[in-house]
Amino acid sequence: MILVNNMHKLDFFTQKRLSFGLFVMVLIVLTYATIIFTEYNVAKGFTSIPKAVRWATANFYPDAAAIKKLPAILAKLSDTILMSVASATVASFFAFFVAIFGAQTTRINVWFSVFARGIATVFRNIDVSAWALILLFSFGQSSFTGYFALFFVTFGFMVRVLIETIDEVSTDSVEALRATGASYFTIIAQSVIPSCLPQLVSWVLFMIETNIRSATLVGILTGTGIGYSFDIYYKSLNYHAASLVIVVIVLSVLAIEAVSNWIRRAVL
Amino acid sequence: MPLLKIDQLSKRYGTDKYALDSIDFTVETGEFVAIIGPSGAGKSTLLRCINHMIPMSSGDVVFADASTKSFNATQLRAHRTQIGMIFQHYNLVNRLSVIENVLHGRLGYKSTAAGVMGWYSNAEKQQAVEILQNLGLSDHMYKRCDQLSGGQKQRVGIARALIQNPKLLLCDEPIASLDPSAAKIIMDTLKDINQRLGITIIVNLHQVDVAMRYAQRIIGINSGKIVCDAAPDALTPTIIHEVYGSEAGELILDFGEQYAQA
Repeated sequence: MILVNNMHKLDFFTQKRLSFGLFVMVLIVLTYATIIFTEYNVAKGFTSIPKAVRWATANFYPDAAAIKKLPAILAKLSDTILMSVASATVASFFAFFVAIFGAQTTRINVWFSVFARGIATVFRNIDVSAWALILLFSFGQSSFTGYFALFFVTFGFMVRVLIETIDEVSTDSVEALRATGASYFTIIAQSVIPSCLPQLVSWVLFMIETNIRSATLVGILTGTGIGYSFDIYYKSLNYHAASLVIVVIVLSVLAIEAVSNWIRRAVL
Repeated sequence: MPLLKIDQLSKRYGTDKYALDSIDFTVETGEFVAIIGPSGAGKSTLLRCINHMIPMSSGDVVFADASTKSFNATQLRAHRTQIGMIFQHYNLVNRLSVIENVLHGRLGYKSTAAGVMGWYSNAEKQQAVEILQNLGLSDHMYKRCDQLSGGQKQRVGIARALIQNPKLLLCDEPIASLDPSAAKIIMDTLKDINQRLGITIIVNLHQVDVAMRYAQRIIGINSGKIVCDAAPDALTPTIIHEVYGSEAGELILDFGEQYAQA
């Protein structure tokens, strides 16, 4: 309390410098406390980096034997990509309808809107790995588990961004079409959908990219797709094959990002 | 018989003070009426109560001899098809072409299925082309609306209202976002529509001099109440002071005189 009172008497810049200094000090104390608490040896941590690099270059690269496993890896990769695309597109389709009920411009009444935003929040804020673990109980180790985990997260995210998109880009033209006497669904089809289309496509592509990245993690948890391949090779100490899986994932993510950027430009 | 009769119309948002307080006036077929008043006086609310874009709190809007107070959803749609509306920000679907935006004016006449699919008859398309020709937009027919200038966009807005074959045009600040020359084109177009097609026009304006030059009749609103209702030449400085408050009144009148001399 005394400190606060004194700070008021200081001039503006001294005050700013003091509060920044305080922030840095809190950060240092926190870091130091966690280092002690976890018994982390800082010096050992840094000196082991070269060792890790040496190990990786010695073991973690695809060799001739690993290349022979490429067809099997690619088959798993295509499973994962198809699952990501399917979950992103189908979830976005449903999310669009829920978003229409949630957006201020197009909602039927306030309660629909509150409900739509509510389920979006629930689905979005549970992480994809948490969804995968929850769904593991219902569907076991199958593609369904991964598919629904990605579906739910995509759904929650898309409802949220589409509500914002609808309110941002179509409010004015919706008003104009209401004034011509057009019916509710006519307004959706003739004004909301054409106005939102570029953003809609853009977000669906974004979710496909995101889902392919998440699908790898989900695959490790649910025992499906490319993530499972990695898990198997890694645990059986076949590091050459595991590294090939990583290379394939990185290349496919880059390729899909390039394709989606091209589609975005074409749509806009 | 008047085309439009506003009868004791009041609008209250929640428990705030009245946005419109017992508004009473009639408009004859073929009139060109300007509504003036300071920002927040209730001009936009009044216009939107006429086609029920904003539900009124009490009173009635009698349009073409029919009380619209207790209209159901279907009757309301039919009511709105009779009234074209023009907006300050044009309110077009910017990603669609000019002609598609014009044809949107026909959607009020369509069933939901035809509207959703966007089925327009050849006669409707023909009419859209003719209207665009009359408004000098035939070169831009297939352009996307986001490629047009403000003045051109507003003409597309007018075309969309005209294709409704309306009895009444409601114009909400149609020139507030336009430069003077585009504004003049829009006001001339509205005047022409009024005289040639005999369509009744009610226009909200911020510019008193424009209202005085174009309208046959000026209604002044302040704090949700009608302060004056007179022909432009009967508009005295005292009345304008009453509509806008004293200091703003002087500024507006100075401008008005300058225009009168030019």
